[in-house]
Amino acid sequence: MSAAEEQAGENRSWSSAVVRWVSGLVPRGQWLPDRQPGYVASWIYVFGVSALASLVLVIASGLVLTVGGVTWWHTSSLGHFVNSLHLWSVEFFFATMVIHLWGKFVMASWRGGRGLTWLTGAFSFFVSIGTAFTGYLIQTNFDSQWISTQAKDGLNSTGVGSQFNVMDFGQMVLYHVALLPLGVLVMVGLHVVLVRRRGVVPPFGAEPPAEAGVEAVSGSSEGGVK
Amino acid sequence: MVSSPPLPPAIPLDAGFVHWGFVNLSVPNIIVIVAMLVVFVLALVVPFPQDRP
Repeated sequence: MSAAEEQAGENRSWSSAVVRWVSGLVPRGQWLPDRQPGYVASWIYVFGVSALASLVLVIASGLVLTVGGVTWWHTSSLGHFVNSLHLWSVEFFFATMVIHLWGKFVMASWRGGRGLTWLTGAFSFFVSIGTAFTGYLIQTNFDSQWISTQAKDGLNSTGVGSQFNVMDFGQMVLYHVALLPLGVLVMVGLHVVLVRRRGVVPPFGAEPPAEAGVEAVSGSSEGGVK
Repeated sequence: MVSSPPLPPAIPLDAGFVHWGFVNLSVPNIIVIVAMLVVFVLALVVPFPQDRP
């Protein structure tokens, strides 16, 4: 087989197709860019990556907690420390994610074809809330008992309580450590890929001509070419 | 007989609450929300350090 034939065969393989698809998701050089536009030099742009850093700590401390188990923190000072690390990294995750949301809301970050980026960010937030709530349910203390019974009443009033049982401890543990974190990671992963694909949203009035033209047609922004 | 380790001291759950109509917030939650708003405003007004050419 000649080199050209080998090349053609390689290009037809499913693995080559996957490589081309993944490579094409984000423009060349934009997976981990070392330069950003000048307007990114503002503290308001640091909260997205702060939320990502907090999420790494949430997952790492959660994995350590799985070794000791859900009651570990009741009987071990180390378990208590790791449990507190898990709690406070979640607090930082939500605080930075919400400030990120405020910042992106006031700069209308869905502009310039970034609607799906906004949507995946919103879904990341919603799935994260569900994950955090199931964490409350598996504290193995009176607080989790109180919360689970209150949540049961609230969810049953909507009818969705027929699909899962917040008082089923085993079910909620698996929701908290497997199902919902997977949802968070998928949503956050899609969000990050879309941010890299479209780039960071520019401030009003600083849009490139192509984006400004799109907005002028759609009427979704007051911004224009300056 | 195996003795169980001593339990950690109970966490005080007597945080104050602020009632305003149907809004019912604990003081610790209000502190967190106010701190987030302060950080948000600071992020908008505090200049970002940049390399000098």
